Amino acid sequence: MDSGKIDQIINKHNADAGSLIQILLEIQNENNWLPKEALTRVSETLAVPMSRIRHITTFYKTFSLVPRGRHEVHVCTGTACHVRGAERVLEAVEGVTGVNAGETDPDLNFSVETVGCIGCCALGPVVVVDGEYHGNILPAEITKVLQDKK
Amino acid sequence: MSEILLQIDGKEVAAEEGTTILVAAQSVGVSIPTLCLHEKLEPYGGCRVCSVEVESRGRSSVVAACLYPVEKDLVVTTRTEKLDRIRKSLLEMMLAHAPDSEPLLELAEEYGADKDRFEKEASFCIHCGLCVRYCTEVKKANALGFINRGAKKEISFIPEIASKECWDCKECFELCPTSALQAAFVLIEALTAPPQPTTKSCHSCG
Repeated sequence: MDSGKIDQIINKHNADAGSLIQILLEIQNENNWLPKEALTRVSETLAVPMSRIRHITTFYKTFSLVPRGRHEVHVCTGTACHVRGAERVLEAVEGVTGVNAGETDPDLNFSVETVGCIGCCALGPVVVVDGEYHGNILPAEITKVLQDKK
Repeated sequence: MSEILLQIDGKEVAAEEGTTILVAAQSVGVSIPTLCLHEKLEPYGGCRVCSVEVESRGRSSVVAACLYPVEKDLVVTTRTEKLDRIRKSLLEMMLAHAPDSEPLLELAEEYGADKDRFEKEASFCIHCGLCVRYCTEVKKANALGFINRGAKKEISFIPEIASKECWDCKECFELCPTSALQAAFVLIEALTAPPQPTTKSCHSCG
């Protein structure tokens, strides 16, 4: 990520230490993950110690300190989705993307994550691909959706 | 500043506004156990061993004495059956992480805590934050911080800062209530372990 873009985001928030989380979120939106250089830049400009930034970035699951894929796949394994076959859906997702839950493939195409519950149990099993909700989905259907993203 | 009158273990106490229950209790010779307190550091309320019962306007609740400011007509009790039970459980949980810690064992004896009640999970850290806060507040070096959360929370040195600051300081080592070697171990690990994925640049994206 180029440092000009990082500075632009920091300046938008007037380099205010109180906007730390907002700044980190915007960098992550831009870049998919938080590279160390970006964190160092934020730490220096906002005068927030690196220990504090690491505390915050490891606390919230939203932040990723390792590279993430272009496509984010969230498979709900909450109770309702679980009893409606989320396990088999997850297997299909892992099969087509080639990565296990919590991992990213080497081409940075897919990141697969399991989530607890996304609040639409009536639609279960649910898979969210790049923010798009796929409800009542069959393993074969999600395979097709993900094939198109390859 | 105005004086506030309250009662601690039946004793009438006059304390200045803004002081904590703990300080007020110490001023009249009532001792409350603490683990995460240090004279040079801001109170933290991390260990909860200083929990006391307070009663104000007919309501009673359990609060951390090291953080709770004195209030007018507050009735504080520092030793009850309920508090003993709370402190005992806290100590038992902390002892699962640091079974040989001397300050913990001393308190365990007083409160009848069984150090083998919970399965051992020797992380040697009870998250008192003494080392982290000392580094931040007193030394202002920020070489040390907490990472992760919940059951996975642990202390971690930042190698770039630690390699410059820590060898001539090491003042956090002796603050540790569980083992003076815990911070030392994590420090060595930070300085010698191969770089974590988080600190390594990625081949495909630079």
